[in-house]
Amino acid sequence: MSSLNKNTFLNILFSYFPIGMLFVSVFNDFDFNYLNIDYFSFNFIHILIFFWTLKNPDHLGYVSIFIAGIINDVIVGLPIGISSFCYLLICIATAYIRNITLSPNFINDWLSFLFAILLINSIQVMILDLIFLIEIDYLEYLINTGFTFLFYPIFFIIFNYVNEKIIIKFND
Amino acid sequence: MATSRDDFVIAFRSAFLKKKDKQKFSLLTLLFLSIFVLILSNYNIKIIKYIKFGINEFVYRTSFLISTPEKKIKNINSQIKDHMKIYENYKNIELELETLKQKELITKFLKMENEKLRKLINESINSKEILAKVLIDKESPFLKSIILNKGSKDKLKIGMAVVDGVYLVGKVIEVNFTNSRVLLLSDLNSKIPVILEPIGMQAVVSGTGGDYGKIEYTKKEYSDEIISNEIIVYTSGLGGLFKPGIPVGKISKKNTNQINFFSDFRQLEYAKIISHSIENNN
Repeated sequence: MSSLNKNTFLNILFSYFPIGMLFVSVFNDFDFNYLNIDYFSFNFIHILIFFWTLKNPDHLGYVSIFIAGIINDVIVGLPIGISSFCYLLICIATAYIRNITLSPNFINDWLSFLFAILLINSIQVMILDLIFLIEIDYLEYLINTGFTFLFYPIFFIIFNYVNEKIIIKFND
Repeated sequence: MATSRDDFVIAFRSAFLKKKDKQKFSLLTLLFLSIFVLILSNYNIKIIKYIKFGINEFVYRTSFLISTPEKKIKNINSQIKDHMKIYENYKNIELELETLKQKELITKFLKMENEKLRKLINESINSKEILAKVLIDKESPFLKSIILNKGSKDKLKIGMAVVDGVYLVGKVIEVNFTNSRVLLLSDLNSKIPVILEPIGMQAVVSGTGGDYGKIEYTKKEYSDEIISNEIIVYTSGLGGLFKPGIPVGKISKKNTNQINFFSDFRQLEYAKIISHSIENNN
């Protein structure tokens, strides 16, 4: 039986969407910080990694996440390796959620996301503050976590749409 | 009870060790690798330094290329805003120009007087300037820094002052072969020795993570004096790191602990790196 979706360009575009977005966002720091709204910031990369490693880990490799973390550290100016460590902790959280979940549900995912980013940001703050003695604004981290949590549903809808397209095209 | 604990252990072990079909490494391996990189990157061994330089060069250049469209959009946005306010700006600039012309005459006189006095005590300040382009100016909420396109091949060194026109922007904290990182004054980790003029009080300007800085290590009397004076903050040159007299900012009338920087760090396209030496000819 012939395929219903013969557009190979779209197939490639969709299948590389998670990795493409990951690298563009680490190189470009996609978080609307340039809007310069006081205390407004969110971590798009955390949302992206959490969603794709939870829903479709075959399209976002752990090695790519590790490399993206290194790039992020170089650009932001953090000690090299810290972002990779935190991103991989998200992957562990999602792998664990995947293993224990029988019927996926959005609210469970959203609350697990909050727990995961709170834990990861706390670990990052502790490493930066206590080991590397880099002064950081705790409030800024907390607000960033809050906005990242609030933005999750919006990106969930977008990513879910793309994920469905990928699944349809690959099962076709 | 024992079964649920077993389930937890199995799920947890599986999350760490089990590889999906398309994953080349397990999470545990990569996690250890990231800890290894984190530890290794803090050692100042020559080979690690060179690897770090290589990674930095590659990442900065790639980031510069990838963020070009975003920069273009930002520029168009600010150009439109500028065009909208063109008449209002023209009127303000005309007024400012008149005031500056008057001030220039006084400045010329003071400059000559200063040079004469320095000659009397046989002291001279020599400074060199290197013009650099801003490659990356990501507004990270946690660390405030920019990347310049000049590095050790242009004889840049850690600690050099970076200015925007004549206003202080920050200092060089990392030097690679063709680029360098500048820690902005607004970063929480930035501390600069300054002098408050005209009251002549020494202080330290610390970054806050926001658009302004705060004045630290001053006497309580300073708050009383600020009400009657307009305080301009200059680098004091203490510690020998910065050239004395580089304008930093103005103290806010509303909050006497707050300093508004002269330079707008979000609009930086080019910056000058200053190296200086004070020669005593005695």
